[in-house]
Amino acid sequence: MGMTMVQKILAKAAGLPSVKVGDVVEPKVDLAMSHENGALVINQFNEIYQGTGQPANVWDPSRIAIIFDHRVPAESSKTATNQKKIREFVAKQGIAKFHDIRGDEGGICHQILPESGYDLPGQVIVGTDSHTTSHGALGAFSFGIGATEMASVWALGKVLNVEVPGTIKVVVNGTLPKYVEPKDIILHLIGKLTAEGANYKVIEFHGETVRKMSTSGRLVLCNMTVEAGATSGIVPPDKEIVRYLKQEAGVKNIPALFGPDADAQYEQVVEIDASKLEPQIAFPHTVDNVKPVGAAKGIKVQQIVIGSCTNGRLDDLAIAANILKGKKVARGVRMLVFPASTRIYQQALQKGYLATFMKAGAVVMNSGCGPCLGVHQGALADGDKALATTNRNFKGRMGNPNAEVYLSSSATAAASAITGEITDPRSLTASKAKTAKAAKKPIIARKPGSVKRSTSNVKRSTGKKKGRK
Amino acid sequence: MAKVALKLGDDISTDIIYPGRYMATVLPTETPQFAFVDDAEFNKKLKAKQVEPGSFIVAGKNFGCGSSREQAASCLTGWGLKVIAKNFARIFLQNSINVGLNMVICPNIEADEGDEIEIVNGKVKNITKGKEFDTVPLPKARQAIIDAGGLIPYTRKLITSGKK
Repeated sequence: MGMTMVQKILAKAAGLPSVKVGDVVEPKVDLAMSHENGALVINQFNEIYQGTGQPANVWDPSRIAIIFDHRVPAESSKTATNQKKIREFVAKQGIAKFHDIRGDEGGICHQILPESGYDLPGQVIVGTDSHTTSHGALGAFSFGIGATEMASVWALGKVLNVEVPGTIKVVVNGTLPKYVEPKDIILHLIGKLTAEGANYKVIEFHGETVRKMSTSGRLVLCNMTVEAGATSGIVPPDKEIVRYLKQEAGVKNIPALFGPDADAQYEQVVEIDASKLEPQIAFPHTVDNVKPVGAAKGIKVQQIVIGSCTNGRLDDLAIAANILKGKKVARGVRMLVFPASTRIYQQALQKGYLATFMKAGAVVMNSGCGPCLGVHQGALADGDKALATTNRNFKGRMGNPNAEVYLSSSATAAASAITGEITDPRSLTASKAKTAKAAKKPIIARKPGSVKRSTSNVKRSTGKKKGRK
Repeated sequence: MAKVALKLGDDISTDIIYPGRYMATVLPTETPQFAFVDDAEFNKKLKAKQVEPGSFIVAGKNFGCGSSREQAASCLTGWGLKVIAKNFARIFLQNSINVGLNMVICPNIEADEGDEIEIVNGKVKNITKGKEFDTVPLPKARQAIIDAGGLIPYTRKLITSGKK
């Protein structure tokens, strides 16, 4: 019987000819990622070795990645001390893939791993972060685990007792309309599947829309699969991944690509027509509370957040900057932008996006997770409503249980920053065109049509008529 | 036999159990103080030791959804709480087994705060309501870890027995 992507990866990693759903395997780990919670992993790791008489050494320091991103730079002495403890451990163990608080190579783990060439197709990747599902975008089986589980991986180099998960096949076809983005696809899907609809399962993405989508867009899809409860998301790797790895991640030796078997068994097949999709909003306080943007029309927001491991990449910043160029963030709205990595930050700086944001009144923050989970800057006041491109809107998520978080794409967030209320980005351009026509001469400094997604800067190509080659 | 100390609905996230802003606190000895900290009343009861160890939290579907933060499991273990839910989110379930949190999957559970609950032979008995509910066994793949008392002793045993 044919195997899905993840079955094939698990069979390979467990040294078996094939595996079935429900089999229990112990796959070898290619990459084990942690962030600041590495402090807890170290504690549990040392505890494992207590009384064994054996030295507490990790199985392979070249396969461990530690990226500081949750609280950077440290917001408290407690965090600073945790980070120091991790630095000392990294030095002692010789852990190579370590990204400290730096402007040249720092950022959010789910961007650092792909852009540094650490993620490769066919790998087994585990991370002490639920959004480790992201790396399935590059064709790896990548999933979140807890700190004690990671301590065991550091000791053994494999994950114990993994039950081979079933797979849901999601097929996305059709061209995404203008200002409808990969984020809208995944929000729509989570709304359909519900927050527990993919629990213990893998979501495998197929269809022409996904094939034409850049790695950046695929990372958005896989990132949020966990919000439907999925163990992971995965996109069968193709030439776009080869392009990304070579051009953007500097990888020279790319492993042979493989996809699922043609007769692979899926537990469920979900089809999405991208051409009929509208911008989507996840209403508080669950990510599956998804409605088209029109249902949120007129909801006033006090904070706009663009960034995170979900939507803090260059194409997100490009589309937001294009919408905000020459505009102002509405008074009474705080707009925060935090690029997913310092590399993206530098690229956005060069392209002028950050200047656009600042001129519009947005605050550009350093790369990190902080505001998304309310641990570091950007906390909400009692009664505040925020619209964010992040991945969770749970009660208390942005630092205050008496506030509300709505989720959207970067385009919707940027459009809403201008009006101060949740706004369909398509309506903004329509009214702009009308105004310009009525005034006979352009009242906007931009060339007509420049609000369109820029073809030179934007890597995600799904919104354009010309698909990626 | 023990009482239901807290009754909750569906999709209780790790942000509700253990808010992100306390994530810099990592040690299982220190996390219990922040258990359900945004539910001021319940958190206060815990700290005042008005909740008997062994008491139950009863929840709906998808308990522990969201983050992989292990603090959400260890903060409950620290108070000796047990969780009965209709089902659990994957990472939370695994973390709970790894750190030895007592959990029961009971898809049809009916219980209110204050009800007396007993777990006998794989069934949840609500003594107050005079009803009995079937449970779903925890994943068999994880039974060896449960039997060993958690993942730390389990992995330690693998190392000392040379099975690494």
